[in-house]
Amino acid sequence: MINNFLAKTDWRRPVIHLICALPAIWLGHQMWLWYSFAPHQLSANPIEYITDFTGGWTVRFLLITLTITPLAKLTKWRMLKYRRAVGLYAFFYALLHFLNYMVLDYFFDWELIIEDIFKRPAITFGMLAFTMLIPLAVTSFKFMMKKMGKNWQKLHQTLYTLTIFAIIHNYMMVKADVLIPLIHAMILSVLLGYRVYLNYKKRKIRSKNQIA
Amino acid sequence: MLIRNKDSWELSENEVTSESDYKSRREFIKAAGIVSVGATAGLLNPSLAMATLKTATGPYSGEDIRDELNDYNAITNYNNFYEFGINKDDPAKYSHTLVAKPWSVTVDGHCENPGTYGIEDLIDFNKLEERIYRMRCVEAWSMVIPWNGVPLSEVINKLKPTNRAKYVYFETLVDEKQMPGQRRNVIKWPYREGLRMDEAMHPLAMIAVGIYGEELLNQNGAPLRLVVPWKYGFKGVKSIVKISFVEDEPNTSWMRLAPHEYGFYANVNPEVSHPRWSQAKERRIGDFSRRRTLMFNGYGEQVAHLYSGMDLRKNF
Repeated sequence: MINNFLAKTDWRRPVIHLICALPAIWLGHQMWLWYSFAPHQLSANPIEYITDFTGGWTVRFLLITLTITPLAKLTKWRMLKYRRAVGLYAFFYALLHFLNYMVLDYFFDWELIIEDIFKRPAITFGMLAFTMLIPLAVTSFKFMMKKMGKNWQKLHQTLYTLTIFAIIHNYMMVKADVLIPLIHAMILSVLLGYRVYLNYKKRKIRSKNQIA
Repeated sequence: MLIRNKDSWELSENEVTSESDYKSRREFIKAAGIVSVGATAGLLNPSLAMATLKTATGPYSGEDIRDELNDYNAITNYNNFYEFGINKDDPAKYSHTLVAKPWSVTVDGHCENPGTYGIEDLIDFNKLEERIYRMRCVEAWSMVIPWNGVPLSEVINKLKPTNRAKYVYFETLVDEKQMPGQRRNVIKWPYREGLRMDEAMHPLAMIAVGIYGEELLNQNGAPLRLVVPWKYGFKGVKSIVKISFVEDEPNTSWMRLAPHEYGFYANVNPEVSHPRWSQAKERRIGDFSRRRTLMFNGYGEQVAHLYSGMDLRKNF
């Protein structure tokens, strides 16, 4: 009976959820320590630390989400079914990043927030990326996928664009050392390059078929 | 850590902690600092055990802000000192390789007494003052720090600049063995800073050699650093090895890196915003909410006259 249960249950899924949630669990624990005046790892400026931490994990999860498809194609591992979960974690960390900015950092100081969004291109790109991520999260469920048909794919391809915006946001926020955003940009170019290559191949096959 | 909600208007004289309260608190913080820092540093290298400085309270002891002093732990563990890495905790982690003793400073340019000086020849350790200054970082956070040091003007007077000296220029040490962050050219080393001569001679500008009555730790710019409280923190060049008296406005490190973001003057100014941060408000380390940033970091009464007639939007 246990064998049967194991065979039927996908044990990978809870493990993936746990791994994806680990940074947030750690952060929550540290924030609890901070709140209780106990020693914590969030530096002397915890809000700044939370900003960097949640922003960093957002970009990492965006890139991991975009890596799943090509990796599945290249390795034949059946991992596509986890893509939505990982993508939703990207949204989750982006939401934490956004809430930290609005609540902890600026505490709904609209004057400053509006100035930030319209006057500081770095913030503009960040807000744009986050706004574009919302419809993707909302339409990530299976029934939406079915309902939207071809439009779903089109909509979800904007993930590339918004990831570019997120990396630009990071690049512009950094004071001097742009190494990390540059590494992220390189990874993204490889992923995009692979996409372009696949499309090219598809088109070639299609045109061959037409001639035949 | 204390979380306090305070606004700038609360920074009033009537809140001043009594001298004895302040002193006992200071002794307590100091003692705690010596125990924790001394213990860890002593384990690594017994010669790093901290030395207490003889220091007197001067006219700039920060009567209105001394009750807001940041604790020693925050001041020594949250630093921007890219010579040791770009993260705020890197300097505390990686600066133990810096050898701050013995230390010499090269002086050149338009002055009567150029040469190489030991730190004791530049700074009179019997005349150290304690000064409690606000420090406002360009990244929109701030601290209140009890420095120990001497007015920069006293150091400059020893070197006797000539009439041709219009600016004073400073450089930080370059040595990637002692400063591992210099292995990467995040900034074009050495770190360069400068002041106009009248700014440098202003009584508020100081050379610090200590914090909380203890010799500067490496992460805070040991053994000597500049402190200019009405300017953004990056003007406070650390671990100084060179002082030059020059005719032309020096091209400082952050100006080179991003000229449209950082100007030579870098006076704290809530009305001139930075492309990345609004400078209208700041978060005092240890506080939860932001407070309004004060013009010239609250030192306008003392320094505004230095800039009369200047357009501070252009000369940011």
